[in-house]
Amino acid sequence: MATVQTPPSVELSSPGLTRGKLPRYAPVVLLVLSFAAVGGLFAALGSFSVPLTVFLGIILYAVVILVVTTFVEGARAARDRLATTLMYSAFGLAVVPLVSLLWTVLENGLERFNGYFLTTTMRGVFGGMDAGGAYHAIMGTLEITAFATVISVPIGMLTAIYLVEYGPKSKLGRGITFFVDVMTGIPSIVAGLFAYALFVLFFGPGVRMGAAGSVALAVLMIPVVVRASEEMLKLVPNELREAAYALGVPKWLTIVKVVLRTAAAGLVTGVMLAIARVIGETAPLLIVAGVVDSANFDLFEGRMMTLPVFVYGQYTQGLAPPGPDSIITINYDRAWAAALTLILIVMVLNLIARIIARIFSPKTGR
Amino acid sequence: MIFSGAAKGAGVLILAILAAVAIFLLVNAWPAISTPTDELSESVHWIKEGDSLLDYVGPLVFGTVLAALIALIIATPVAIAVALFISHYAPRKLAQIFGYVIDLLAAIPSVVYGLWGALWLMPQMFPVFEWLSEYLGFIPIFQGPAASPPRTILTAGIVLAVMILPIITAVSREVFLQTPTLHREAALALGATRWEMIRMAVLPFGRSGIISAAMLGLGRALGETMAVAMVLSPGFVYSFFILQAGQQQNIAANIALKFPESSGLGVNVLIFTGLVLFAITLLVNMIARWIVSRRAEFSGAN
Repeated sequence: MATVQTPPSVELSSPGLTRGKLPRYAPVVLLVLSFAAVGGLFAALGSFSVPLTVFLGIILYAVVILVVTTFVEGARAARDRLATTLMYSAFGLAVVPLVSLLWTVLENGLERFNGYFLTTTMRGVFGGMDAGGAYHAIMGTLEITAFATVISVPIGMLTAIYLVEYGPKSKLGRGITFFVDVMTGIPSIVAGLFAYALFVLFFGPGVRMGAAGSVALAVLMIPVVVRASEEMLKLVPNELREAAYALGVPKWLTIVKVVLRTAAAGLVTGVMLAIARVIGETAPLLIVAGVVDSANFDLFEGRMMTLPVFVYGQYTQGLAPPGPDSIITINYDRAWAAALTLILIVMVLNLIARIIARIFSPKTGR
Repeated sequence: MIFSGAAKGAGVLILAILAAVAIFLLVNAWPAISTPTDELSESVHWIKEGDSLLDYVGPLVFGTVLAALIALIIATPVAIAVALFISHYAPRKLAQIFGYVIDLLAAIPSVVYGLWGALWLMPQMFPVFEWLSEYLGFIPIFQGPAASPPRTILTAGIVLAVMILPIITAVSREVFLQTPTLHREAALALGATRWEMIRMAVLPFGRSGIISAAMLGLGRALGETMAVAMVLSPGFVYSFFILQAGQQQNIAANIALKFPESSGLGVNVLIFTGLVLFAITLLVNMIARWIVSRRAEFSGAN
């Protein structure tokens, strides 16, 4: 009578609805196994090399995981795993140059990177002499970059103020934003040619001076400063401005006393990052600041050495002629040491900028 | 009033500077343009007898574009994958650090890349190039013999690829992060795997962003000087042989190598090539920025 209809439970749990799932540790185990297999094969053949093992190991892993997942989890999951593998290896691939570059610079540069190198010029140094340093180049770089900062910060910041406070919707404002973006793409060598062409007007053909280098760097730096400052000024809450206006403070005073003060840390960070970007520029300085062996502290008189140009100059001199007291690779050694100095300067600038940003960043509640 | 005037003046000054760059280059290039062909090759010793100004610039433009394209072909897929990795695959807490790591690549000065490319990368690449020319040599561009040391445009292209990777990654990462969360969650809720979600929600949304990111990278690669000058052994022919040395040269590197010892009309010729480079990069950047700004207007994600 009261027959209870039993649900067809056997059919509900049929294999069609749920697929098997690989355990979480499967990819790691398979990856290790692939590396071991390829490495073992190479070791057996007697020609083991790390890069080739990693490269072929990852390819083997991609194939294996594709096949295994296809059988256990189905084709869609397999494609997902393959994509994941590709993303991870792409990131690994992108890190390889960074690591190898930093490693080679440290390895080759540390040898000559000492107090002597930082405080000596190249005056009277020739051939394979175990002497010479980058003092003149460091001073030149600092001076030229400082002057470029003096030129570009006022222009860049005033423009950012205009874009944010006065003309965000106006036609001129949009035009400036667009062309500032375009200006970030000016090749550095073109900026150098521009500075040369400008200074030729006043000083005649063949002009070489530090100030021209500063102008070239300023052309490259202005758009960076504008973009960074603009972002920072936009972060200042409108309530602060309105509170100032409500108290009857004129607009310019509001900007100086309220907006700029609130955004100060961010603005400093932006300027530091802009300096870090242009301090390593080589091409324009090679053209307009020239090459020289001794220290020159006058921006407006004569050639001036800079650190990037020093690296390039030492590199192009190649191997030194062999001789009794001659170090054949001395020029390359100096180039590496100077490269290390340059990277350290850039990294310190970046680090300070990030620290300032971290400590003083306005609390926007995000 | 004075303050707003100063602010506005600074903005106008920037436009004036950009215009001045073009005008100064044009004025200084003019002597080279207006000098008749025979006179030009006579007074500038590195222009071949009877070649006009355009005959000289042509191969340079070709070399510039070729090097930039090689860099772009290598860098774009990797950069997009890295951007996806940082925005959608990496663990949340590590993603920002990974972003900084990639940005570090952008902080390294180009001359250091040149040094690294010339002294470290070239010996590493030689076996690979030899292998390419031996087994894939039947494809015209890989035709050997592979130069040793490999001061070739392929090496230069690889160095350029590393240099433009960060900017392509940074721009596409921004775009990927702007994908509306609802689109992504909808895809996942319908049972899409992570890759299917990316293919159906993230990539279509970010397509124009990827294109403009690649164009910005192209702009960088076109104007890069030092890495090319230090790696490439120059040549002045229209040649697709990317494994042989002494075939191509790029405009910027050519200026950097020749400028220090040029004078008179030679300087004008170099400035003319600089003007051509300026025009090319300006065009590429304007198109890229135009795509970005057009996108910003009708995307609701801001």
